[in-house]
Amino acid sequence: MTDVFRDKIDIALSVNGEPVEARVPAGRHLIDFLRLDLGLTGAHASCEHGVCGACTVRVDGDAVRGCLMLAAQADGAEVWTIEGLSDSGAIRDLQDAFVARNALQCGFCTPGMLVACADLLTRDAVPARDEIREHLSGNYCRCTGYEAIVDAVESVAKARRGAA
Amino acid sequence: MKASAGGYARASDLRHALDLLGQAGDAGRVLVGGQSLIAAMNMRLSTGDMLVDISRISGLAGVTQQDGRLRIGALTRHADLGGDPLVGRHAPLLAQAVGHIAHAAIRNRGTIGGALAHADPAAEFPACVLALDATMHLEGPDGARDVAVGDFFIDVFETAIAEGEILTAISLPVAEPAEVQILKEVARRSGDYALAGLCLVRRAAGVRLSALGVGSVPVLAQGAMAALDAGDIDAAVTALRAELDPQSDTQASGGYRKHIAGVLLRRIWDEIGGTA
Ligand SMILES: Cc1cc2nc3c(=O)[nH]c(=O)nc-3n(C[C@H](O)[C@H](O)[C@H](O)COP(=O)(O)OP(=O)(O)OC[C@H]3O[C@@H](n4cnc5c(N)ncnc54)[C@H](O)[C@@H]3O)c2cc1C
Ligand code: FES
Ligand code: FES
Repeated sequence: MTDVFRDKIDIALSVNGEPVEARVPAGRHLIDFLRLDLGLTGAHASCEHGVCGACTVRVDGDAVRGCLMLAAQADGAEVWTIEGLSDSGAIRDLQDAFVARNALQCGFCTPGMLVACADLLTRDAVPARDEIREHLSGNYCRCTGYEAIVDAVESVAKARRGAA
Repeated sequence: MKASAGGYARASDLRHALDLLGQAGDAGRVLVGGQSLIAAMNMRLSTGDMLVDISRISGLAGVTQQDGRLRIGALTRHADLGGDPLVGRHAPLLAQAVGHIAHAAIRNRGTIGGALAHADPAAEFPACVLALDATMHLEGPDGARDVAVGDFFIDVFETAIAEGEILTAISLPVAEPAEVQILKEVARRSGDYALAGLCLVRRAAGVRLSALGVGSVPVLAQGAMAALDAGDIDAAVTALRAELDPQSDTQASGGYRKHIAGVLLRRIWDEIGGTA
């Protein structure tokens, strides 16, 4: 085949505010790149077909599935993982609410869950509980159950709008 | 499991993408949002593809209105489509569909062109564009061509897009003043593919009714459409159930899917005031 198709691709992107350059195999998805190549093991690789949400990270401002995006497609992108979001304090209130409400047990789903919740909380209005459930319908939690998670998100939404 | 790709190339524009596809021959595979393709690659249902990433080609995303038609670029993401004011006004069926497709994070990357090219018979957009009587715009090595939606869906995961061609946009007539568009479906959980679903469009010329999840392609229910035009909902439900032949699987039996389709038609009919 010609040299325009590559099996290793050079990428330059920003991860948690830091510039990163790397050479990645064509089939490498973003979540393996973050975990195995960069050592950012917060977000998890689980079902690897978009169903469970454990791999959810933020790319160019949007919550996306890390398992359904190639690292090669992240060239030039701004990526945030739970490590960066924790260090920056951007979702400190949400993380505190998860602890206060016991919204995690094993914590496997939590990094993806937090990115998905943070996405919902950027919207203007305080979401109804149904909307919170709907928004989190693509993030599976196999041990805590969802009630406490919905409580945590609702309390942060209200607090951020001074209505708690 | 881990994906295996034969190679990757990012297209800078449409011409470049078509050249890349030409070079790759039958191993060539268009990649956009990856929300179906990368899932299939991870499961090794698709291996060795020469990926042509067209997701950064400018001018293929977004919605415009010209000459009485709405044109929707193939790269328009589900999330953007759902919030687009022109879509809200002229193709509310598509905006309704977005709420049923997968989950927010998937809607942030999946594109309408990808969903139509993927042609999952249980997906919402294929049935929507059938009910809306859309035209599909393709671009290939020999130039552009248009395909009527009735000729586009050929079989499960198979469309009229030929090797080396790219779906660039779809277009549909702008809504008439009293036009009605409505989608209803039954799914086991929010974001799941539907067990069965219906899309109804009512224009001055008559009703168009399509069904999803009940065959190998989205089905235009012509018998039911004729009965609805005559204002006979009972005859329409009977005709609809007769013209569907859904498979049974672990989710639901074929008979149950047919039953749901009839129930959904009555609900839609009630909601739109039950007149032809
Ligand atoms: C967990 C999960 C749940 C989902 N649930 C639903 C659902 O309920 N309803 C639903 O409708 N969909 C659902 N989807 C699928 C989703 O809508 C996909 O985004 C969409 O089917 C593919 O769009 P994409 O841009 O990601 O395409 P890709 O995955 O990049 O491509 C899909 C296929 O189309 C081809 N292709 C893409 N664009 C073009 C083009 N412009 N021209 C020619 N060929 C092209 C590719 O070569 C590939 O074969 C779900 C997906 C996941 C992961
Ligand atoms: S690992 Fe990506 S959604 Fe499950
Ligand atoms: S806390 Fe264990 S899976 Fe959610």
